[in-house]
Amino acid sequence: MSVPVARLTGVGLRYGETRALDAVDLEIPAGGMVGLIGPDGVGKSSLLALVAGARRIQSGEVQVLGGDMRDRRHRRRVCPRIAYMPQGLGRNLYPTLSVFENVDFFGRLFGHDQAERRRRIAELLESTGLAPFAERPAGKLSGGMKQKLGLCCALIHDPDLLILDEPTTGVDPLSRNQFWELIGRIRAGRAGMSVIVATAYMEEAERFDWLVAMDAGRVLATGSPAQLRGQTGCDSLEAAFIALLPEERRSGHRALVIPPRRSTGGTPEIAIEAHDLTCRFGDFVAVDHVSFRIERGEIFGFLGSNGCGKSTTMKMLTGLLPASEGDCALFGQPVDANDMATRRRVGYMSQAFSLYRELTVRQNLVLHARLFHLAEKEIEPRVAEMLERFDLARVQDELPPSLPLGIRQRLSLAVAVIHRPEILILDEPTSGVDPVARDGFWQLMVELSRNDGVTIFISTHFMNEAQRCDRISLMHAGKVLDSDTPQRLMEKRGLPTLEATFIAYLEEAAGLAGKPPAAAASPVQAAAAVRPQRSSFSWQRLFSYARRESMELRRDPIRLTLALLGTVLLMFIIGYGISLDVEDLSYAVLDRDQTTTSQAYALNIAGSRYFVEHEPIRDYAELERRMRSGELSLAIEIPPGFGRDLKRGANPEIGVWIDGAMPTRATTIKGYVQGLHNDYLRELAREAGVPASAGAASSEVRYRYNPDVESLAAMVPAVIPLLLIMIPAMLTALGVVREKELGSITNLYVTPVTRLEFLLGKQLPYIAMGMVNFLLMSALAVLVFEVPLKGSFATLLLGALLFVTTSTGLGLLLSTFMRSQIAAVFGTAIATMIPAIQFAGLIHPVSSLEGLAAWIGQIYPATYFLVISRGVFSKALDFTELWGYFVPLLLTIPLLTLLSVRFLKKQED
Amino acid sequence: MPQTLANILHLGIKEFRSLGRDYAMLALIVWAFTLGVYSSATGLPETLQHAPIAIVDEDRSQLSTRIVNAFQAPYFRPPELIDQREMDRGLDTGRYTFTLDIPPDFQRDVLAGRQPAIQINVDATRIAQALSGAGYIQTIIATEVDEFVARYRGGAPLPAQLAVRVAFNPNLTQSWFGGVMEVINQITMLSIILTGAALIREREHGTVEHLLVMPLTAFEIMAAKVWSMALVVLVAAAFSLLVVVQGWLAVPIGGSVALFLLGAALHLFATTSMGIYLGTVARSMPQLGLLTILVLIPLQILSGGTTPRESMPELVQNVMELAPTTHFVSLAQAILYRGAGLEIVWPQLLAITAIGAVFFLAALRRFRRTITQMA
Repeated sequence: MSVPVARLTGVGLRYGETRALDAVDLEIPAGGMVGLIGPDGVGKSSLLALVAGARRIQSGEVQVLGGDMRDRRHRRRVCPRIAYMPQGLGRNLYPTLSVFENVDFFGRLFGHDQAERRRRIAELLESTGLAPFAERPAGKLSGGMKQKLGLCCALIHDPDLLILDEPTTGVDPLSRNQFWELIGRIRAGRAGMSVIVATAYMEEAERFDWLVAMDAGRVLATGSPAQLRGQTGCDSLEAAFIALLPEERRSGHRALVIPPRRSTGGTPEIAIEAHDLTCRFGDFVAVDHVSFRIERGEIFGFLGSNGCGKSTTMKMLTGLLPASEGDCALFGQPVDANDMATRRRVGYMSQAFSLYRELTVRQNLVLHARLFHLAEKEIEPRVAEMLERFDLARVQDELPPSLPLGIRQRLSLAVAVIHRPEILILDEPTSGVDPVARDGFWQLMVELSRNDGVTIFISTHFMNEAQRCDRISLMHAGKVLDSDTPQRLMEKRGLPTLEATFIAYLEEAAGLAGKPPAAAASPVQAAAAVRPQRSSFSWQRLFSYARRESMELRRDPIRLTLALLGTVLLMFIIGYGISLDVEDLSYAVLDRDQTTTSQAYALNIAGSRYFVEHEPIRDYAELERRMRSGELSLAIEIPPGFGRDLKRGANPEIGVWIDGAMPTRATTIKGYVQGLHNDYLRELAREAGVPASAGAASSEVRYRYNPDVESLAAMVPAVIPLLLIMIPAMLTALGVVREKELGSITNLYVTPVTRLEFLLGKQLPYIAMGMVNFLLMSALAVLVFEVPLKGSFATLLLGALLFVTTSTGLGLLLSTFMRSQIAAVFGTAIATMIPAIQFAGLIHPVSSLEGLAAWIGQIYPATYFLVISRGVFSKALDFTELWGYFVPLLLTIPLLTLLSVRFLKKQED
Repeated sequence: MPQTLANILHLGIKEFRSLGRDYAMLALIVWAFTLGVYSSATGLPETLQHAPIAIVDEDRSQLSTRIVNAFQAPYFRPPELIDQREMDRGLDTGRYTFTLDIPPDFQRDVLAGRQPAIQINVDATRIAQALSGAGYIQTIIATEVDEFVARYRGGAPLPAQLAVRVAFNPNLTQSWFGGVMEVINQITMLSIILTGAALIREREHGTVEHLLVMPLTAFEIMAAKVWSMALVVLVAAAFSLLVVVQGWLAVPIGGSVALFLLGAALHLFATTSMGIYLGTVARSMPQLGLLTILVLIPLQILSGGTTPRESMPELVQNVMELAPTTHFVSLAQAILYRGAGLEIVWPQLLAITAIGAVFFLAALRRFRRTITQMA
C-alpha cells in the first residue's frame, strides 16, 4: 500500500444549503478492498462520485490514479481505468435492452472489437451466473440480478479502480454472497485492482481490508475492521461504528429490546389471511398458492430471494393487483380494491420510493394526512409528531430527491403510518437505511405492534431484522418454503444463524446445494488485453450510442408505429382537410326592390360557384341576427327603387355586408363580390349596346406551377417540411432529458464517450427514421395525391437529409436544457408547431410577415426546406437554382450541435 | 360526498405544487400566452399584405408608370422594376408572388382601342395570396386604365355602385383574428399536454401506486387533475385575453368575456379529459409526445381556426363536428368578434358540454380500467 489510489485534500461539496462533504482529507490505499461506512446522507455517495469523476469538484483537490481530477485531460486519460457503479438497482442500465446487449453496449463504448467483446461477455456472464438469462431484458431482472449485471457492465474494460456505491442494497442474502464471491475471484485474478465500496451492511464491511467511517460529511476514523474494533473496544463493527459517532448523535441510540407479545387469551383475532393466493403474469407464475394467517398485533416477516413474489403478494393484499386465484382477507373481509373503509385501516409502503418529488417533506405528510381524512385540527399536531418521531424536522422543507435514500425511506414510513393504520404492509422499508436509523425504525414498529396492536407485515433482506419478527415466512420462486418463528426455523435446520438457515433453505429449493460456484475462471486473463483507444473522437463510441438508441426504438413498437404512420396519417388529414379555395360561402339577399331587375342582380350572384344561397332576409334586424350568429358570411341589400333608379341613371347603390371575423375569408369574399358586380355591369352595358370603357386593356392571369390553382397541389409539398420538423424533433426531444430523469445519464459522466459522440449517436437513428418518413411522404404525394414531382429528386433528397438533421438537432437541443420530460414535450410542441404552421411560409410567404414573426420566419429552418420542397415539386427546379437555400440549413446543423454540446454537462453539478 | 370533494380539492392543490416546481414549464406557459400570442397576432399578414410584386415595364409611358405607382402598401410591397430575364427566376425562388409584364407600346395601343394585354404571373403555390391578389391586381389595372382613358376621353360614371361594408372588423385587421385564435390554440394544446403528462409522470415515478392504496377513487384522482389543470389554463387564457389581446394588441372585444370564459371552461373539461385518455394510452412520455402531436395538429388545422370550415370536404366537416375545438372556435368567433350573446351561442355551449361529458366518461372508464396496471 505505497502509493494511494486516491488522495483527497480539503474536499468540500454543497448542494444549495446542504453541506455534503466538509473539508475531507483522505488517502485511499491502492490494491485493497476499501469500505465506506456510515449513516445515510453523510456524503459517501458524493465522495465516490467525486473520485469517479462523475461529479464536478467544488473545492479542494482530488487526485486519482496519479492525476488531478479537475483536469479534463487527466479525466479522459484515466476514465477507461475506472469503473463506477452508481447507487440504485440498475439505474445506469437500459431496461429494454437484454442482458447481453447491455454489457455489449459498454464493451463498444470502451472500444473492444467484436471477438474481444464476445469473449469477455461470455466470461463475465458465466462467472456471475447470468449466462442463462443473456436474452432477458434488464428491466425484467430481479434486484440482485440487476446488481450483478451492473457489475458486469462495470468490469467489461478491466478497470484498475472499481467504485461500487451500495451494490448490495436491496439484494437478498444468497445473491449478496454470490456477489462478494464474484468480487473476490476477480480480485484474486487481477492483483493490483483497487475496490472502493460504500455499504450499509456492517457484516459485509467486516470482510474489507480497510474502512473509512464517515459522519456528517467528515471522516470519523480509518483503519482495518480489527483496528476500528480495537480502537473503540467493541466486539462488533456495528457497535464500534456507533461508538465512533459524536456524543450527541449517539445519545438517541440504545439497544433494541423486543418485548414478547402479550397473549390476549382466547382465540386470537386474525388480521391478515391468505388462502392459496396465486398470481400469474401470462405464463409466469409470480405467486404460487401462498397461504398464511397473521394475528392482530403480530410482526410477520417475509424473506426471500429477489423476484420471489414477496412484493406481488403484498400488492395483492393491498388490492393493487388482482389475485389470479385464491383469496385474501383483511379483518375477515375479502380484499376489495374498491373498499375505501379497508384502505383506511391499512398503511402501505412500496419498495420503490413513491412519494411526490415536487412536494417538500412536510407537504407530502400534510397531503397524505388530508387524503386519509384526518380531522383538520388534528393534522398539524400529527404532522409535527411524525416529523419528530422519524427525525425529519431538520429536512421538513426539503424536496425528497435532494435527500439520501435512508431519509426518504423514513419519510415513506412516516407517510404510511400517519393515519394510524391497524395493518402495516411494508415492502423492504429499511433497504439502504443505516444501522442506527434502522434500529430507530424498529423501535417505532415495536411500539406500534406491542402498544397499539398494529399488525405488521414486513419484507426484509436484513437477517437481524428478520430475527426480531414474531414469525417469518421463507419464500422462493413464488412458493412459501416454510413459516415459523426464527428460533424454530434455525432449530429445524440445526444451524447457528438465521442467515445460514435461510441460505440453506434457498439452496435446497434452487437445487444449488453442493454445486461449486460456476466457472472459477474469472475474466482475469483478459487483463493483458489491449488498452482501448483514447482518441478524442471515436466513431465506434458514436455508433454504439446510435445502435443502442435504435434498439430501444425498435423495442418500443408503439412509438415506432406512431413515428412512421403518424406522418402518413397527418399528411392525409392536412392534405385533404386544408383548403384555401374559399368556396360554398353562405349568403342571403335582402331584396327591398322586388323587381325583375333586382332579381336579375340576385340571380347573378346565385349563379356563382363560390356562393350558396340561404333563404332571403326580411328586415335589418334579421340581417343583424343572422350575421351575428355566423350563419351568413355575406348579406346583400338591394335598395328600394333599384330597377327604377338604374334605368333613370340615378346610380343606385347596392349594400353589401361581409362578416369580417375571419379576415382572410372576408378579403376573398370582397374580391368575389366586386368581380361579380363588374360582370353584372358589363352584362348591363352589353345589353344596352354601350361600348364599355372596361376593356380598354385586358389582363391575362397566368397561374404558374399550379395552373388549376388547386389547394392540394400547393399544400402537399408544403406539408412535408411541416411534418418533417414536428415528428423528428419530438422523437429526439426526450433523448437527453429522459436519461436525466431515469438515471442512465451517469454513463455519459463516467465512460470515455464524449458529449459530441453522445449527441450525434443519439441523433443518427432519428435522422434515418426521418428519411424513411420523408420517402413515405414523397411516395404518398406522388402516388396517392397525384402531385407530380417535376424537379430533381436528388436535390429534394439532399435537402430533406439536411432538414431532418436540423430538426432532430433542434429536438436534442431542447432536450439538453429542459429539466423535465413534460417541459421538453411542451417546449417542442411550441417550438415546432406554431412557427412551422404560421411563420415558415406554409400559408403566408415569409416576406409578407412582420416583426417578431418575420424574424422567426427568417431564421426558422423549415422556411428554407419549404422553398426547396415547393421548388422541386411544383417549379421543376434543381440544385443549381436552389443551392442558396441549402446554405442556411448547412450552417444551422453545426450551430445546433455546438449549442447542445455547450448545454450538456460531462459531469454532474 | 363532502369527502370526495375534499379529496378532489387536496389532490388538485398537489398538482399546482408540482407544476409550481417546474420552472421551465411555467416559463413556457407564460411565453405561450403572452409573446406567443402577440407574435402570432402581429406577425401574420392580412391576406394581401406586403405581397411581393415585381414589374417588367417595357412601355415606360405615362400609363405604365401610373400602373406601377398604383401598387401600394399595405397590400403590396413597393414593386421592384426588373427586366424580363429576372422574372422567371424571381418567381422560381419565391422572391415574388406576382410579376407583371407591361408590353411595349401599351399606352399607345390602349388609346388606339387595340385592347393590349398585361401579363400577370402568379405563383400559384402560394394559394392564399394567389387567389385574392390576382383579383386585386386585375381590378387595379382596370381602374387605372379606365381612369386614364376616361380623363383622356371624358366618360360617364358607373351605372350602379357597390357599397361594401365589412362587419365586426371593418379594416380586416388580421391581428384581431390571429390573437384570439392563438389563445384558443394554446388553450387546447396546453390542457392536453398538462393533464396527459401529469398522469404519465405519476406512472413513471410510481406515485400512482400510492394513490391506489389510499381511500381514493379513480374518479377523484381524475377529477382532481381535470379541475386543477383546467384552472391553470383558464387563468392563463383570461390573462392573455384581457391583458395581451385587449390591452397590448388593442383588439376590441365585441361580446362578453365572461361568457367566453364559461365556454372555455366547458371546452377545457373536454380537452383535459382527452389529455387523461391519451395519458392512459401512452406508456411513456416519448409516446405521449408523439400522440399529442397526432391529435393536436388536426384539432388546430381542421376546426375552423386556420381556414374556413365551409371550404373543407364534407366528410372532414362532419367528422370535426365531434371535436370540441370546432364548436369552441365558432363560439369564440361569435362572442368575441360579433358580440353574440347566450341566445345565439347556446347551441355551441350545449355541443361542447355534451362532447365534454362523453369524453370525460370515456376517459374515466378507461382510466378505471388501466390505472391498476400502471402501478
